[in-house]
Amino acid sequence: MLRIECPHCGARDEAEFSCGGEAHIARPKEPDKLSDAEWADYLYMRTNPKGILAERWCHTFGCRRWFNIERDTVSHEILRVYAMGEPRRESGT
Amino acid sequence: MVDPSLRQSPLATLHLGGREGQPAPEASVHLAERRSVGKINLRADPGDGVLMNAFESVLGYPLPLDPNRTSGDGKRGALRLGPDEWLVTVPGGQENALFGALGTAATAAGGKHVALSDVSDARTILTLAGPRARDVLQKGCGLDLHPRAFQTGHCAGTLLARAAILLHQTGDAPAYDIHVAWSFAAYLWVWLEDAGAEYGVAVGEVE
Ligand SMILES: [Zn+2]
Repeated sequence: MLRIECPHCGARDEAEFSCGGEAHIARPKEPDKLSDAEWADYLYMRTNPKGILAERWCHTFGCRRWFNIERDTVSHEILRVYAMGEPRRESGT
Repeated sequence: MVDPSLRQSPLATLHLGGREGQPAPEASVHLAERRSVGKINLRADPGDGVLMNAFESVLGYPLPLDPNRTSGDGKRGALRLGPDEWLVTVPGGQENALFGALGTAATAAGGKHVALSDVSDARTILTLAGPRARDVLQKGCGLDLHPRAFQTGHCAGTLLARAAILLHQTGDAPAYDIHVAWSFAAYLWVWLEDAGAEYGVAVGEVE
């Protein structure tokens, strides 16, 4: 189980959180102008890296707030916790 | 509003009546329900000092701004739920008057993005107290409840035996208020009685 540092409550067990998948995926501004393939790419395609991944998490059973983390998908180490809306880092670690 | 004569405890199906207040000399855990507590969910910007002062003058105590903290006392208090969200408690029956006063104060203070909701009947409060109360909770709660980490006046939204709760330590005995959804209350009561059985459980009188 992960221990996740909620920015509002402090470190809590993973069971209190929900994972919202990969972060920084912007909804297309004009969905009607996309081809089916482009829309499918937005909906379904994720980077799925072996290494550092930016993810959205919600402290569902605590303060119910969303935030972003950077997690290493190999070691599960959480490298950074940051606010929704904050940009991703250019290079990880 | 529900006709008060139709109100019943979410624990009514457990038929606890005959056990309330029975002497239990061996018990080191006391379990009860606080039935009559008014609860108002308050959302506002904690950085708006004018607004925070306006709420303080209505409540008689400041809203807690630190994570996982409470203010006020056992009858009237505020529990911080999140960075811009609190649960305000008052003796049952006074929630409508307080709701109105908080709304008036927010308007007069020019508060933006304020939300008030009467959530009195969303959750009930189970009280768990006594020398082994902490041991009972630790059987189903992942929080560190040791006094170095969790003390009187602290609160936390968390899970207890997989039920979503708001835990509030109200005394050093230790004593806890466990806010739990109405429909989970009977389940959680039965779980608490089972978890506390080895320490002896006394069913306290309800308010
Ligand atoms: Zn939190």
